[in-house]
Amino acid sequence: MVLALAGAAVVASALPSAAESGGGGAAPARPDHAPRRVVSMNLCTDQMAMLLAAPGQLHSVSWMASDPRASVLHDRAGAYVANHGRAEEIFLMRPDLIVAGAFTTRESVSMLRRLGFRVEEFAPPAGFDGIRADLRRMGALLGREARAEALVAELDAGLEAARAGADEARPLAALRYAGAWSSGAGTLAHEILDAAGLRNLGAELGLVGTARLPLERLVMGAPELLVTGRPFSPPSLSEAEVRHPALAPLLSRAGAAAIADARWVCGAPFAAGAVADLAAARRTLTAGDGRGGAAR
Amino acid sequence: MRLPYPWLLAALGLLVAALFCASLLIGPAGLGLADGLAALLAGRGEAETLVMREIRAPRAVLGLMIGATLGLSGAALQGYLRNPLAEPGLLGVTGAASLGAVAAIYTGLSLLIPLALPLMALGGAALAALMLLGLAGARGGALTLILAGVALSALCGALTALALNLSPNPFAATEIMFWMMGSLADRSWLHVQLAAPFMLAGWAALAVAGRGLDALTLGEDAAASLGVRLDRLRLALVLGTAASVGAATAVAGGVGFVGLVAPHLLRRAVGARPARLLPAAALGGAALLLAADIAVRLVAPERDLKLGVLTALVGAPFFLRLVLSTRRGLA
Repeated sequence: MVLALAGAAVVASALPSAAESGGGGAAPARPDHAPRRVVSMNLCTDQMAMLLAAPGQLHSVSWMASDPRASVLHDRAGAYVANHGRAEEIFLMRPDLIVAGAFTTRESVSMLRRLGFRVEEFAPPAGFDGIRADLRRMGALLGREARAEALVAELDAGLEAARAGADEARPLAALRYAGAWSSGAGTLAHEILDAAGLRNLGAELGLVGTARLPLERLVMGAPELLVTGRPFSPPSLSEAEVRHPALAPLLSRAGAAAIADARWVCGAPFAAGAVADLAAARRTLTAGDGRGGAAR
Repeated sequence: MRLPYPWLLAALGLLVAALFCASLLIGPAGLGLADGLAALLAGRGEAETLVMREIRAPRAVLGLMIGATLGLSGAALQGYLRNPLAEPGLLGVTGAASLGAVAAIYTGLSLLIPLALPLMALGGAALAALMLLGLAGARGGALTLILAGVALSALCGALTALALNLSPNPFAATEIMFWMMGSLADRSWLHVQLAAPFMLAGWAALAVAGRGLDALTLGEDAAASLGVRLDRLRLALVLGTAASVGAATAVAGGVGFVGLVAPHLLRRAVGARPARLLPAAALGGAALLLAADIAVRLVAPERDLKLGVLTALVGAPFFLRLVLSTRRGLA
């Protein structure tokens, strides 16, 4: 999911005003004012809305929400009407609130605004603070603040649990996605590594945001853990680069962890799951034999 | 004043050798000259050795072989069609090879049978070459040939894009650039192993065609009366081009214009004899491609700039100049 991650890089700073207004809980929930027919147009808002919405409140989610590769909640997405982010189909759904991503389906979003719909946009989160702010903002929009606080608490508990022993040794890990992309400072992926007690080679080499990490520099960096996405089927060239022979000695000595894309792309509370997987891989590394297990 | 032929080949060989060494010594890892050589030759430093032997060496070797392939096949096609605008990229041979390679990779076939990749690219290239010869033929004019090539390139490009767009793999669509423009980034010895036998076989077939091409400059009838079997010449040309260009495209994507520029730069220097032009154009093509691949790494090292972008920037104005001079020749 390079595109979504690339988006995360663009928004390195925290979200604006919505973060503050949602967190304080100043305005009490008023269910009669809450939207009754919500349509989500973006994978990340889909998953947040599915987690937060009251029964019957969410009408439609994007088609990607039912893709098991990209969506953690794919088995729940079938309960909603699928949309493809096109203005026409969403217009016909007559929603009273549309939630969309800040970088996807731009033309459709601006057309829906012109047609008088209320559209709220969410940028991909750049870290755990961004995830917390997004959850609270979505909770406030849906009139489900209490549920949002519960999810934030769940995320924090998950992060706390994964942190155990994180300060002992901090092995060097490298992120490598298809097409030689990697994550440097200011990205959710970097924070996930950090929370799992790992150092990020990309950040140490000076990468900021989502940037390319040339194979040569990856090999020279000699990381102890190589974190990759899971290859899709059918194959593609850019994913095949992960199997470059120059990485073979590295992989036989270092650990490798293939992390399901779904948990990285949007974060939400699932980011805690990615942290737990990586923390487990780190413990296997530091435990002795130096080979990390293939984390889920 | 013209350089004697052996001297010309020697000078080109030296140029290629220098560019080959430069290609080995330039890269994002920023190894020093001494460190790089120590790692390459003596295996000093584990990471450095990996960088030199597993990343840069196959890249330089592929650059050399693919450049030679493009230059050689360009010179051979121009000789056979007696048309200065002939070039595997412009004529759609490269595009068809890309299409074959795309079909092999994105269906997962090449994972099961690695040889499927070069073989299907070869098949695509051979089909395109046969279609071109059928459509334009050795007697066809420049215009027919170029039109047939344009139509074939467009069709193959569209089908390649379609296949990549329809692939359920989300990364496939981002690789359209690779197949249209070509790149040597992060290629490995596996790619060299896969492509080299086909490229060598193709070179051999094209080298054999040299004498026939010389005779053909006198016209088809004269060539036939000199004992040149035109059907065999054509077969050697189609198979040689298809095997070498197909294998090159299968591992590096479609790099354009090298096959056009290299023969032209050298034609006058070899006295316009196709048999002499073939080796010179092969060396010239190798030098061009190695230089382009070095430039790609110097201009935007972290951006994975595609090779074909640079070769087109050099080649397209060249092509326009050729079109102008051809037009003047017709008028």
